[in-house]
Amino acid sequence: MSEPAITVTDLTKRFGGKTVVDRVSLSVEKGEIAGFLGPNGSGKTTTIRLMCGLLQPDGGSGRVLGHDIQTERGAIKREVGYMTQRFSFYEDLTIEENLNFVAGLYRMPGRRRVVRETLQDLGLYSRRDQLAGSLSGGWKQRLALAACVMHRPKLLMLDEPTAGVDPKARRDFWDEIHRLAADGLTVLVSTHYMDEAERCHRINYISYGTLVARGTVAEVVRDAGLTTMVISGSRAGEAARRLEGEAGVDQIAPFGTTLHVVGRDGAALRETVARVAEETGTEAAPAETSLEDVFIQLMGDAQDNMS
Amino acid sequence: MTRFLSLARLWALLVKETIQMRRDRLTFAMMIGIPLVQLMLFGFAINNDPKELPAALVAPTQDRFTRAMVSALELTGYYRFIAPAATAAKAEEMITRGDVVFVVTVPSDFGRRVERGDDPSILIEADATDPAAASGAISTLGTVATEALEREAGLPQGSGPALSVVVHKRYNPEGITQYNIVPGLLGVILQLTMVMMTAMALTRETERGTMENLLSMPATPLEIMLGKVVPYLGVGAVQVVVVLVASKAIFGIPMVGHLSVILIGIFVFVLSLVILGYLISTVARTQMQAMQLTFFFFLPSLMLSGFMFPYRGMPGWAQALGEIFPLTHFLRLIRSVMLKGADVQTVAQSMAALLLFVLLLSLAALMRFRRTLD
Repeated sequence: MSEPAITVTDLTKRFGGKTVVDRVSLSVEKGEIAGFLGPNGSGKTTTIRLMCGLLQPDGGSGRVLGHDIQTERGAIKREVGYMTQRFSFYEDLTIEENLNFVAGLYRMPGRRRVVRETLQDLGLYSRRDQLAGSLSGGWKQRLALAACVMHRPKLLMLDEPTAGVDPKARRDFWDEIHRLAADGLTVLVSTHYMDEAERCHRINYISYGTLVARGTVAEVVRDAGLTTMVISGSRAGEAARRLEGEAGVDQIAPFGTTLHVVGRDGAALRETVARVAEETGTEAAPAETSLEDVFIQLMGDAQDNMS
Repeated sequence: MTRFLSLARLWALLVKETIQMRRDRLTFAMMIGIPLVQLMLFGFAINNDPKELPAALVAPTQDRFTRAMVSALELTGYYRFIAPAATAAKAEEMITRGDVVFVVTVPSDFGRRVERGDDPSILIEADATDPAAASGAISTLGTVATEALEREAGLPQGSGPALSVVVHKRYNPEGITQYNIVPGLLGVILQLTMVMMTAMALTRETERGTMENLLSMPATPLEIMLGKVVPYLGVGAVQVVVVLVASKAIFGIPMVGHLSVILIGIFVFVLSLVILGYLISTVARTQMQAMQLTFFFFLPSLMLSGFMFPYRGMPGWAQALGEIFPLTHFLRLIRSVMLKGADVQTVAQSMAALLLFVLLLSLAALMRFRRTLD
């Protein structure tokens, strides 16, 4: 197997006295769509910025597309496409002017043709003279993606690309990502939407600066070793109150009229749930643990570590 | 009362505003610091009746009458002879460059004429480009010199030979204030717009979040700096043309020197300004801060450069402080060339100072520029 697209070891970044990224090691294979997950403020954006040469790490090392992240930033910038969390193209330039600018910075040969093709692919050719600032959230996101892949990068880093975008646009966006990956592009995408995490080949979960889980979705769920029970019935609400703080119960989450109860200690959980179900006259049944259950569990654990 | 003004709500607003004010350290420091610094600086530095103006003395025979007169002139407090034994050519160069404000020429037969009882005469050439600077010194001249001569010759007051003082107001014989102000205004206008516009340049990118994107693409710091600075050079060029044409057509300011020297001087000056602005924009985090820093720089340069008040009339420390502003050197250069017809050699010093600013400011800006978002 060839060298991975990204390998970083013990990457550390501090701002002031606060360690934002704490010895994160990560590897992303070529051609894969790697999900990068974690709660708000967990250091996802900082890690991505470290990897595309936008920040200087305080510790650790890494290679992106075979280039050292500390000494070969120029080469990384030429071969990586980075889509920032916030729309960061020029709102006071038109769509076409923005693309022309980007094409110029990458010194792309046949700039006019490339820009025209990009506009046509995007379906924005007729609106090319519109100011980028007047586009809706979904269109801004499409424009940003198009601008990031115009120079045919080998690696695409997307920082929460679908924040504030409607479900249809999100689905189109992900179809596009899969199309690009099928052509050989490696993609690293940060998100905190579970359905998006499930569309990644592999996921990496970062929490408070440390990588706490990695693998395929199935692996992550399996490795978490959680047991989930579903309680349903008219008195589910009362059941929830009674389950609070009982043995084996780590999470209680209402989903409509049903209740998901999750815990690490399977035997204790099953016993508690069975007892409460009997007391309240509700139905209890085993269920599959979802990725979201795993993440909530991981987040809770990390917070426990913090205190 | 409560419908239009609720004290509780007003209090909440006041508290919030005070917290925000305190949190923006730079603004807060400036609000406290600026009045204090400027009060001290300008209170002591500015002087509308400048004393101890530098002068050159051209006196082939330095006899006791010449010495008596020179020391009498110095005793008035207006003159300070920094070149007490200059040749006519040297003195001419010094007044063109602006090193001295006066050239006092005592003819070689001066002493003999006093002893013989003939009416002696001396020539005082004054740099009248700034009419205000020299007026006090000129007005005290005649009586002081006559009295000194009488004392030296041992004659009672009023009985000596009539000393005739020929005053020659150079460059601006009619004492037109615009001659001094308009070329200076060129510098001030350029300084205000150039520094402010470029100071916004990078901070705008940071504020709008486009900086992150720009840095993630392959553009070098030098390219980014030039890309920001060059368009403003174009704007500056337009301003220069407008001001020069207006100063000629509307104010009738003479343009004695070579246009090429004027233009080269302006170019170097504008270059130093846009790079200074760029440097500010690498320091300021918001456009508001960039604006404040610009003004923090703008006001003292206006006061201490010799634009508003005679540079030579300020105390030594204030003159030394004035040297750190490109405007000071530019004013010297543009007034020498436009009004006095100075050539490149004569203004070489000012030109070199401006070039030094360009070099140092570029280095500082490139070093300050963060390739990363740290």
